Amino acid sequence: MSIELGHFALILAFAIATVSAVGGFAFWRSGQRIALVLSQGAVLQFILIAVAFAALIQAFVTSDFSLLLAANNSHSLKPLIFKISGVWGNHEGSMVLWIFILVAFGAMVATFGRKLPHDLLALVLATQSLLTSAFAGFTIFTSNPFARLIPAPIEGNDLNPVLQDIGLAIHPPLLYAGYVGFSICFSFAIAALVSGRIDQAWARWVRPWTMLSWTFLTLGIAMGSYWAYYELGWGGWWFWDPVENASFMPWLAGTALLHSALVMEKRNALKIWTVFLSIITFSLSLLGTFLVRSGILTSVHTFASDPTRGLVILTLLALVIGGAFALFAFRAASLRQGGLFAPVSREGALILNNLFLATAVGAVLVGTLYPLLLDALAGTTISVGAPFFNLTFGTLMAPLLLVLPFGPLLAWKRADIVSAAQRLIGAAALAIFVTILISALSGIAVSLAPLGLLLGFWVAFGAIAELVDRSKLGRIPLAESGRRLIGLPRSAWSTAIAHFGIGITVLGIVATSAWETERVTTLNPGESTELSGYTIAFDRFDTVEGPNYLSDEGHFTVTAPDGGTRQMLADRRTYVASGMPTTEAAIETYGFSQLYLQLGEPLDNTHVVRVWHKPYITLIWLGAILMACAGFLSLTDRKLRVGAPRRAAKSAAQAAE
Amino acid sequence: MTMPSTIRKQGWSRKQKRLAVIAGLAVVVALATTLVLVALRDQIVFFYSPSDVVAREVAAGTPIRLGGLVKDGSWVRQGQDNSFTVTDGARDIAARYTGILPDLFREGQGVVAEGSLGPDGTFMATNVLAKHDENYIPKEVVEALKASGEWRPEGGE
Repeated sequence: MSIELGHFALILAFAIATVSAVGGFAFWRSGQRIALVLSQGAVLQFILIAVAFAALIQAFVTSDFSLLLAANNSHSLKPLIFKISGVWGNHEGSMVLWIFILVAFGAMVATFGRKLPHDLLALVLATQSLLTSAFAGFTIFTSNPFARLIPAPIEGNDLNPVLQDIGLAIHPPLLYAGYVGFSICFSFAIAALVSGRIDQAWARWVRPWTMLSWTFLTLGIAMGSYWAYYELGWGGWWFWDPVENASFMPWLAGTALLHSALVMEKRNALKIWTVFLSIITFSLSLLGTFLVRSGILTSVHTFASDPTRGLVILTLLALVIGGAFALFAFRAASLRQGGLFAPVSREGALILNNLFLATAVGAVLVGTLYPLLLDALAGTTISVGAPFFNLTFGTLMAPLLLVLPFGPLLAWKRADIVSAAQRLIGAAALAIFVTILISALSGIAVSLAPLGLLLGFWVAFGAIAELVDRSKLGRIPLAESGRRLIGLPRSAWSTAIAHFGIGITVLGIVATSAWETERVTTLNPGESTELSGYTIAFDRFDTVEGPNYLSDEGHFTVTAPDGGTRQMLADRRTYVASGMPTTEAAIETYGFSQLYLQLGEPLDNTHVVRVWHKPYITLIWLGAILMACAGFLSLTDRKLRVGAPRRAAKSAAQAAE
Repeated sequence: MTMPSTIRKQGWSRKQKRLAVIAGLAVVVALATTLVLVALRDQIVFFYSPSDVVAREVAAGTPIRLGGLVKDGSWVRQGQDNSFTVTDGARDIAARYTGILPDLFREGQGVVAEGSLGPDGTFMATNVLAKHDENYIPKEVVEALKASGEWRPEGGE
């Protein structure tokens, strides 16, 4: 019964979204009334999709296998958390999650956006409804999650064991919140293009949404990377897999958008570019979510690829993205440019940032799509892997990181590069000193590692240098400096923390790549091996029964260089329902470094064991977490809560009437 | 980044500014294009089936991806050393890999191995991929099997 209720709610939401979209675009000029109707429509869509989503969750939790989706992807013995996360561990269910987040963002705009000019609000909500209509329609007609299975089987087929992990409960919702959040920027861009009006108030509205989505996406990508690292058992944290690239491209574009919207908000410049980036970012998000499922990209992540569905998805993508760019081509010229500035200025630095990020997006896009093109045109199958991306992306990022610390120290409009350089001299000297020290101690002769370390330290210290400079640390009494530091606007803090986080991530990447050690060996219980000063003793081997799997467990005792011992447990599971094996690697964290241990299939009572020592690898994710914290901090900034946008919005509304 | 002080004092005109931005843009885009082209020439890896390897006379040492089925009865393990034969029905290539093979590496299943041919014609794999799904055969392998007429789609998609 609740299944049919959910199905009906989904169809009703689709109908309301369609009517909202058509009505919104037809009557967006009619002021308050249409804005009010669309707001209510947006909230209604949210409630209905929530009902549909809840119906699915209920069916999974109660193991109602008369629901085809639950029968295919669930199992009554599965722990509760994996029953819930199993809802979006498949194509149909993840579509519902995607739409749920889309309408949640729409409802948020409707709720918090009452102060927006009515025509702008109407157009934004109409665009959101159009997206909901398109993707809810796609779900209903090609991938119905509410299909019944009669007669109902007694037991389900279980979820792919690799997905039975806490990672699946967190990673997709975060990632989708990031992807889908950019739809708000997209809708604002469409609204600006249709109405032909765009001002600083527009940027002030768009920037927090960009910040929120970017923060979610940052966490989602970091989480996904860590998940792949510990669950796939290959010891790698980034594979330049098409799906990873697909999530990374909107992140790069979103980062660029964050910075260009800043220029627009403060200086009323870069309008057309900001609108363009908004469209690009969401288009890349759509590409990220759907290209993977069209079945034309093969990847470790792909689930449910069905050729007819793929065609519909591609058509839908072409319509949304193509339509937006056509609108941009026709209307962009009508947006007026403003704000003059010299090349050496904060604006100039932010343009440089955008230039490098946009080019990097292009390089990653080429690397991701080139194999497809070549396959379609020449029939040759190639793979573009890590070497390609390391070369192109790495080379493009190096100059960006080099100039990054200058940005926040430059003044708007026109800046003095010499004075900025003077204020960074301490950071530069410290970075060079630390790099030389580390290189000498670790004894690396000639490689790119010291260069990478230098960049990482430079960015991290440069971010601190900005705070030191602004608090006049060392130039005025310490207490006074402390007061200044506390009194700094949160935006200054979040800039510094985010940039510091990038430095930390770079350091983690460089350190792991340069100093990782690995050993593959055959061990029997009672024997031990050694790696980078750690002694790994294989204590015993057991077979244990888990809730829905059988597990072969290897127990190890690790003695660290400082003499401390810890237990590690690596296992290989065979899932009862599917008969599928998985490997659960054992990971032990020492400071910022990790020991990673993988157990191979036993043969005649001998076991192959693979051990990695990954120095400072956790810095990669810690840096990302710092960036996300900076994002949240920036969202609490005073100027987003009071006054400014409200006044500007009102005056804009008056001007429109 | 430095400029004659006379210009800095007067500020740049709109035209000069635009020119500077476009010049910067051109430089970065040119750099990126060069990089991408060089990388595409040197860093891509071709996918070959065993028949392709024989037909194209792939040179020893060239990194390639070799795809096909693991031939029944060919997998021999000694500690961490594995040897197996990759087949597409028409041709066989002997392969060797040291380390832990993926969970779903099985005889008769699809496999993609990364590596290069040794001087004796044995494929030395540096990485072996098998997807985490019991019915999965990599798309490239399906195409290669279809090309050699060995594709029997009874085991699911």
